[in-house]
Amino acid sequence: MKVRRMLGALGVATVLAPLLFPLYWMVMSSFTQEARLFAAPALVPDALVLDHYRALFGGRDFWTPIRNSLIVAGATTGLSVGLGALCAYALARLQFRGKTVMLAFVLAVSMFPQISIVSPLYLLLRELRMINTYPGLVLPYLTFAMPLTIWLLVGFFRQLPAELEEAAAMDGAGRLRSLREIVLPLAWPGLATTAILTFLYCWNEFLFALSFTLGPERYTVPVAIALFRGQYQVPWGQILAAAVVATAPVAAIVLVAQRRIVAGLTAGAVKG
Amino acid sequence: MASITIEHLDKVYSNGHVAARDLNLAIRHGELLVLVGPSGSGKSTVLRLIAGLERPTSGRILIDDEDVTGVPPERRDLAMVFQSYALYPHKSVRENLAFGLRVRRIEAAEIRDRVQQAAATLGIEPLLDRKPAQLSGGQRQRVALGRALVREPRAFLLDEPLSNLDPLLRADTRAELALLHRRLGATMVHVTHDQEEAMTLGARVAVMRDGQLEQVGTPLEIFRRPANVFVATFLGSPAMNVWRCSCAQTGAGTRVAYRGLAVDLEGTRNLFDQDEVLVGVRPHDIGLVPPGDADAVGRVEVVEPLGATTLLHVRIDGMAGRAARIVVPADGAVAIDDEVAIRIRRDRVYLFDERTGMAVTPP
Amino acid sequence: MRNEARLGWALTLPALAAIAMVAVFPIFWTAWESLHFHDLRMPWLGRPFVGMANYVEAVSSERFWGAMAHTAVFTAATVTLELAGGLVLALIVDRFSRGRDLVRTAVLLPWAIPTVVVALVWRFLFESPAGIVNGVLLRLGMSPPTWFADATAVWVPLILADVWKMTPFVAVLLLAGLQNIDRSLYEAARIDGAGWGRQLTDITLPLLRPALLVAFIFRSLDAFRVFDVIYVMTGGGPGTATEPIALLTFSSLLQNLRFGFGAALSVIVFVVSFIFAAACIRVLGRDALMERVP
Repeated sequence: MKVRRMLGALGVATVLAPLLFPLYWMVMSSFTQEARLFAAPALVPDALVLDHYRALFGGRDFWTPIRNSLIVAGATTGLSVGLGALCAYALARLQFRGKTVMLAFVLAVSMFPQISIVSPLYLLLRELRMINTYPGLVLPYLTFAMPLTIWLLVGFFRQLPAELEEAAAMDGAGRLRSLREIVLPLAWPGLATTAILTFLYCWNEFLFALSFTLGPERYTVPVAIALFRGQYQVPWGQILAAAVVATAPVAAIVLVAQRRIVAGLTAGAVKG
Repeated sequence: MASITIEHLDKVYSNGHVAARDLNLAIRHGELLVLVGPSGSGKSTVLRLIAGLERPTSGRILIDDEDVTGVPPERRDLAMVFQSYALYPHKSVRENLAFGLRVRRIEAAEIRDRVQQAAATLGIEPLLDRKPAQLSGGQRQRVALGRALVREPRAFLLDEPLSNLDPLLRADTRAELALLHRRLGATMVHVTHDQEEAMTLGARVAVMRDGQLEQVGTPLEIFRRPANVFVATFLGSPAMNVWRCSCAQTGAGTRVAYRGLAVDLEGTRNLFDQDEVLVGVRPHDIGLVPPGDADAVGRVEVVEPLGATTLLHVRIDGMAGRAARIVVPADGAVAIDDEVAIRIRRDRVYLFDERTGMAVTPP
Repeated sequence: MRNEARLGWALTLPALAAIAMVAVFPIFWTAWESLHFHDLRMPWLGRPFVGMANYVEAVSSERFWGAMAHTAVFTAATVTLELAGGLVLALIVDRFSRGRDLVRTAVLLPWAIPTVVVALVWRFLFESPAGIVNGVLLRLGMSPPTWFADATAVWVPLILADVWKMTPFVAVLLLAGLQNIDRSLYEAARIDGAGWGRQLTDITLPLLRPALLVAFIFRSLDAFRVFDVIYVMTGGGPGTATEPIALLTFSSLLQNLRFGFGAALSVIVFVVSFIFAAACIRVLGRDALMERVP
């Protein structure tokens, strides 16, 4: 039996190693001197330096993209979870015509290729003078954030026993009170998970951010990193440092909320 | 306490399923009425319609002669005990009990008193600060009851409240419910699929099948004068024996017979020669007799000791299908494969039309 | 119950209106736009109606078919590898339940990381001449190609990057499906004498079919729309050797500013996705989608 456990641990290690190695390499390299990055790569570096990070925040002002990402992702998450929760509640609980059509509609929209709506959105935003602004990103982000939150939350609301709301009705509570005191407190884990997943998607989004921002003052983190290239020589050290900074909050969220995330992904049948 | 009246109630679902068909029922105020029937008979639907959790396709519901058909559940002032209890999992027992009162803006002091009293009545005081997840099934059931009690509603609606309890607890709680009803004088509608519960609890019993009311009456009435063969076989345990017999008019009366069974009855019983009729006899109304006096003879197939009585399954000579069920006192020393002779109590023979199942009334 | 219809519409309308405005309306606009000539570099030419001219141009351009081919290759390779890898990963993680949390975290990290970062890290790993991959290959006595200058070899890091990121996600989806399979089925099979392989083919795979189909559809749709990883890792290069259809559309729109033409490409992408999704949902429809929606 001990052999089995060892084999098991070995199996798991073999599986985890390739998953984690690139991350490990990324982190290690971000602390390695530029000159040594390609010269003689070693698995465990002998000297760690902070040069790249200093350059990143000092010279390059990486704070701005971070701030932009936080604002856009935060605003989108807040809006879509707020609106989406109401919509999802209605879809999950109330009986009315056209419900199935609406659900199908939401699912269909989530399958839209983003590239297909870049041009009209660009022209629309240009008309509204919203290119390179925060609302100019939040609005397009709703195209994937809203279907996502609605789909996930419908799943979560459906898991709540309908009888609880019926009991509340028998107790004399109207819809609003029932929502406030019974449904929301119980749906809170689902809301949290949905918010986390939505935030992650927004933080990582690239195409819209690339298309609808014009300059460094509005770039989000992914765009800022991607456009590091195009200098004299590719500053790999800084790029890797930026990558680490971009990854850190995501990694933190995953570490803290991995159980929730899995629950969300599977309960709501999410698409990548 | 209120009276509840249902008039011409219909409920048809969008998939075509008919859950209630032209139902008419008057529940008197202060009465404990049991709605009993097999799964799918529509009894829970009727309860939910009374509660207002579902809307009827047509028909009216009156509470104290006031038409509440269009009134939403939160304004009907009824209390419901759900089969799954539906306790608010994130609130403590105390908060569960207090919720309905808070919604009605009752004063905090009075809420405290009522909660305390209800908890005392049901013996759940030590549980007041726990959450539902920390309670056993029986305890949760009491909390569900308490939630209804505390509200002092116009009527209580109970949806199979005892079904999820284990048998011992069920019997005890049943008695407590009866006591509670007597003390409160409350109007109660109790839904169950358990015929024993129906017989022991209800002042009146309403038997339902496939969305229709088969018969309404006191337990004794329904037991002694079932309106049709369904009601006759549904109530009473072990279930009534039913045989399809031919009948012939003899000079003295009517003879109903099937294979090895032959019974002479007085009068014409509204039957004609060569009619076929369903003959029903309860297991308790058949006895073992010396062969000379017998209506039929047979071989014992199964012996089930039930404690004070024994249930015998007897294969009557010539009869296919189910064996006859007979209940005898336990001290009778009968064994498997014994040949026995049986006799049926003449005044406990039920006759039903073999086409419609309706009871054939004696002339 | 009570008049829920009004409340239902009131609650759903804001969200649906928002979606309609930012997603549906643009699609119709794009379709309309694709029938016009609209080049932002030459605004004086206006926006004349040109019918199917843009589509004809697209369909007769080699670069277009190249892009479609690249997309097809990428989709086929990544979806196959991700489903297979995800299944293996899920089976392993399912078996060995120790340290579930740690494994789950490790498995989720690649998925959660921005695609941009993934693309850059893998570019870094494969960078010639002295990235770590080349370093290892040289030490093993092989002579690796200049990955990003070779039109065939370049697919390796591209596909690997996507597979690395998304296999764990597929594994998570399948793992949920695995855990829904009643353990007593395996026990019954073992008593009947079925070995590990038999159990896999007769119990696991059939019962996992809905989850596999869902994973297949979503991964395929995503692969077809691929943009981020290729843009960042190779920019579509060398030349246009790795350019997927989404990148070609992007270039036409926001680099060449040919909105009419770009719109036609957008519509083509949309229609192909739609047909694929509809076909899958029809196949998938009864079994999995019904089961999935709780």
